[in-house]
Amino acid sequence: MRRAVGALLRKDLLVELRTKEAVPAMALFSISTFVVFHFGLDRSSLDGSLAAGVLWVTLLFAAVLGINRLFVAEVEQGGFDGFLLAPVDRTSLLVAKVLALLAFLVLVQLIAVPAFAFLLLGPSPWQALPELLAVLALADIGLAVIGTLVSAIAIRTRARDLIVPILLLPLLIPLVLAAAQATAPLLALDGAGPLPERWLAILAIYDGVFGLIAYAIFDFLLED
Amino acid sequence: MTDLALELRGLGRRYGERPALQDVTLKLEHGATLVVFGPNGAGKTTLLRVLAGLLRPHAGDVRVLGARLPDEGWRARGRVGLLTHEPLLYRELSARENLRFHARLHGVAPQRVDEVLEAVALRVRADDPIAELSRGMVQRAAVARAILHDPALLLLDEPLANLDPAAAAVLEPLIGRSSGRTRVVTSHDPAGGLAEGDVALGLRGGRVALLAPVAEIDERRVRELYA
Amino acid sequence: MTYGKGLRPLAALTALTLTAAFALVFFFAPLDADQGFVQKIFYVHVPIGIVALVGFMAGGVFAIQHLRTRDPRHDLRSYVAIHIAIVLALGTLVTGSIWAKASWGSWWVWQEPMLVSFLIVFLLYACYTPLRFSIEDRERQARYASVFAIVAGAFVPLNFAAVRMAEAYIHPRTFATTGGGLPGDMLITFLVALAGVGLLFVTLWKYEMASKNATFKLRALRRALAGDELAPARRSAAPTL
Repeated sequence: MRRAVGALLRKDLLVELRTKEAVPAMALFSISTFVVFHFGLDRSSLDGSLAAGVLWVTLLFAAVLGINRLFVAEVEQGGFDGFLLAPVDRTSLLVAKVLALLAFLVLVQLIAVPAFAFLLLGPSPWQALPELLAVLALADIGLAVIGTLVSAIAIRTRARDLIVPILLLPLLIPLVLAAAQATAPLLALDGAGPLPERWLAILAIYDGVFGLIAYAIFDFLLED
Repeated sequence: MTDLALELRGLGRRYGERPALQDVTLKLEHGATLVVFGPNGAGKTTLLRVLAGLLRPHAGDVRVLGARLPDEGWRARGRVGLLTHEPLLYRELSARENLRFHARLHGVAPQRVDEVLEAVALRVRADDPIAELSRGMVQRAAVARAILHDPALLLLDEPLANLDPAAAAVLEPLIGRSSGRTRVVTSHDPAGGLAEGDVALGLRGGRVALLAPVAEIDERRVRELYA
Repeated sequence: MTYGKGLRPLAALTALTLTAAFALVFFFAPLDADQGFVQKIFYVHVPIGIVALVGFMAGGVFAIQHLRTRDPRHDLRSYVAIHIAIVLALGTLVTGSIWAKASWGSWWVWQEPMLVSFLIVFLLYACYTPLRFSIEDRERQARYASVFAIVAGAFVPLNFAAVRMAEAYIHPRTFATTGGGLPGDMLITFLVALAGVGLLFVTLWKYEMASKNATFKLRALRRALAGDELAPARRSAAPTL
């Protein structure tokens, strides 16, 4: 299992390094969205729940781009067949794809979150950085798990770039809600409030439940 | 347990309502070659994909290398090599990177990658992305992938199509008759195909239209399949 | 499998229970002290909401059975249950909106977590048919639909919990909307209405199953008569057996 996950993950990162398809597009899209929000809201600086909402909606939409492309090479270049011929546990593909998507999300956020702080955020992002990172980490895991699952469902449909967003957004509403609620007090104008732990708990439960479900049913998406 | 390489009894497979294979029954011994003829859409590719464990059989008793499909598919996986019209290689990665990836998946030693690259005469271009290779070179890389883990059964879908004679000569000892491997080969070329095989299978509309040792049939019987 | 069996007495019982429920709603249940007559929409809104959720869950359970057994009949059961539940969920949203307009003066209130959760659940299940429709291979369609039904089924309670927490956090809830806090007369009326809608769901489900099965049998007979001449089935989101 570890060997197969390692091989798959290495391959995915290598392909991304060569093609630079997902991460740069996602990062660029995030920054453009911040600019759009600036004009759409006609605000030069955001704080509190509005800042949290803009940040999370942007990160969510950027994630959709990467999720759309996650399995494209597997279908178009025979990756699924090549993988299924090998004597390895099929769950290793799920784990590898979740880790790859997680890596993409973290790379994008390394650009997008500082850009957000620079362009739109009123209060200093430093006032609650560790808490913010904790929220980002928990939300990213959920995004990666559900994103991988939805991507795997949509990839074999004829209208995958339509199916991904319409399936993904409702499934991620509780996640965005929890992440935004947890982030809002961290970005308050008059100093960071305490991190609402219940929202971290919701995020953790969300990650756990969907992680288990994905583990249980992913195999059924592979066989023919 | 049986010591036959292939043992199919009443194999059937549908796509939706449309039957792609019906009631295919045959046996193949280790070391022998089954050559499969049939017009396009006769079920040749479906047969190979079922034997490779990529498609579930819907009916019948199917044993590949002693493992009953689909329940025991994991026992045959990794012992079958598949060469299809698609190379099953990532275009952005080089032949070497693709083979290393498959070597890790199959638990094959990394030295074996250099060995097969040498064998398919692709050492010089081994570090160029697959997308930049010619069709013949891609096919050679695909052969390298198919034999990388030294499979006990080779499934070849028109392996020599689009290859020039020189490339075909390079691949002959690896996947040809002289390789001594157990093979299932599809072919559109009656004369060439019969020379390749020990047993000939003719498919028509997903059904067995011809099944006999090659010694007992001539080209005319094969051509009738396409009429 | 004969889903038509017992359909007639079941339909009669359903009609009877629903009539009784309406009679209770109009002539027995007391008028709500604050909201007056419009509160009676509660006896429609909440039962169809509950039954819709149970229908979604049932769709998920059938989907689990489908993946375990690969029996396409379970997929059909799941499909029919989810479809009826989607219609009921739409009804819940409409009645909820009417209720909101009557008691809060606005067609939509984001402060009502149940209604908001229902909207999200409805939006998710609205993808079920498009998803099925965009997968041509019937077996794969059934398998992917089941995967969806399981994921969505697990999503329903999580979503309700998360949305409810969000609202409770901002607006502490002062009254309970469902069962627990109801006075006796209202509770009896509510329970009869719930039983009526539940029976309605089962009746519709069995009716649809019987109808679909008859269609498949007819098609199988045609195929047996016509052989391969029969035109292939048109692409559709509905399962085939």
